[in-house]
Amino acid sequence: MTSVTHPVARAGTGPLAHLVDVAYAVGGRPVFDGLNISIARGSVTAIMGPSGTGKTTLLRLITGQIRPGRGRVEVAGEDLAALDTDGLYRLRRRMGMLFQNGALLTDLDVYENVAFPLREHTQLPECLIARTVLMKLQAVGLRGAARLMPAELSGGMSRRVALARAIVMDPEILIYDEPFAGLDPIALGVVLRLIRETNDALGLTSIVVSHDVHVIGQLADHTYLLSSGKVVAEGSPAELERDPAPVVHQFMAGEADGPVPFHYPAPDYAAQLLGAEVPA
Amino acid sequence: MSVAGELLLSGRELLQKWGRFTLFTARLLAVSPRALGRFRLVVAQVYNAGALSLVIIMLSGLFVGMVLGLQGYDLLRRFGSTEALGTAAALGLLRELGPVVTALLFAGRAGTALASEIGLMSATDQLSAMEMMAVDPVRRVCAPRFIGGVIAMPLLAAIFSTIGIFGAQLVGVTLMGVDSGQFWSQMRGSVELADVVEGIIKSIAFGFACSAIAVYEGYHAVPTAEGVGRATTRTVVTSSVAVLALDYTLTAMLL
Repeated sequence: MTSVTHPVARAGTGPLAHLVDVAYAVGGRPVFDGLNISIARGSVTAIMGPSGTGKTTLLRLITGQIRPGRGRVEVAGEDLAALDTDGLYRLRRRMGMLFQNGALLTDLDVYENVAFPLREHTQLPECLIARTVLMKLQAVGLRGAARLMPAELSGGMSRRVALARAIVMDPEILIYDEPFAGLDPIALGVVLRLIRETNDALGLTSIVVSHDVHVIGQLADHTYLLSSGKVVAEGSPAELERDPAPVVHQFMAGEADGPVPFHYPAPDYAAQLLGAEVPA
Repeated sequence: MSVAGELLLSGRELLQKWGRFTLFTARLLAVSPRALGRFRLVVAQVYNAGALSLVIIMLSGLFVGMVLGLQGYDLLRRFGSTEALGTAAALGLLRELGPVVTALLFAGRAGTALASEIGLMSATDQLSAMEMMAVDPVRRVCAPRFIGGVIAMPLLAAIFSTIGIFGAQLVGVTLMGVDSGQFWSQMRGSVELADVVEGIIKSIAFGFACSAIAVYEGYHAVPTAEGVGRATTRTVVTSSVAVLALDYTLTAMLL
């Protein structure tokens, strides 16, 4: 697959998203502490890490859905902490996000789902809305499914419709939360190709959260590996494969036990069995 | 923890919840004028909350009216004034039973539908997706449903009372033999515009309370199957208590 950087993506300088010394805690439990991440313009950047390391939380920080306890989050040159709700909504018009389950509006059909952002944010005449929607649906191969309801779509189709909806306002940044989870190999291949082609053809910057090492190896330009609230490794997928750090090796090789233990912290096994204690 | 301590804690939690509900309602009211601009969305919700509740409202109105006719006839017969049955039924329905029973049925039928629909939208990330599309879910999802409920409730209460009066007439006049002319003429002579207005004021207040509670509970539901179920239950319980408490307050103010 050839990667072609779009002229628009080349126009900007510096990272499109920048997290500096970010700390975030939930109920006193730290999720991130001193997190530093930089997302280059025009690239596909992957965020990987074991389950529970806060990958989705990181996306919520980048989209301004939550605010860090410490540190700075900058997206498209805007410091999110300085934005009020209107400012945040203005910034989000430049972003698109694809949720794990597609998050299509279940009372609207495919066509209306894709048209939704246009109807909410523009005064375009119906003929222009129709053309834009059909073009986006054609791009994801679902023009023929325009009048289907979300309940009639497969998982892969839902994600393709969600992708069409995410790009209908021509955003600068596209964010994908686990876009490959639960897909069959054909649907996975389709979504993988669409993410790459959409990024390159529209000159976007894409952030993909996933723990599928194999797929990310084919897709990402740059990868961050998170563990214990910090970046433990970064680089191209090939560089991560060669990284000797135990936690990186365990994740990339898919080993069950290692620095990320198989067992959740628990009292002594023998003592608990002999005492026949019921876990409190 | 001592009983006093627990009482203090639940009192504080109740106050916090009341505070959150008040802030949410203020936000709903603030975005409602913009939501009214998208009248097509409001009309769809008037249909959902109102038209789809019609059968249960009409059936309940008929039976409540019939019971009122039967009980009223029995009571008035003891005083030899069965001709006042029309007045008694109309006043009872217009001022009390119409708005209150309609509101209780509305909370059970439309309120639960609203809460579970919004709760499920939250559980399936639809509300988060709207926020990510820079669309305020309170304006786009909650406000049209809230306004739809406030508009639908007085209409449903009016239909309930009308059918109820015909139910009372059916039992009183057709079955018990009260004079039809006296039934209707006494009603026309005694029921004043103020009685109708009292019913309308009450039903608007109940519509406001039931819709705001349903939308609040749905929007703040824990996004799991159990969370949505609990929110739906809380909607019925809170709405019913709110309707009865508001009914007493409004009656005391309007009498």
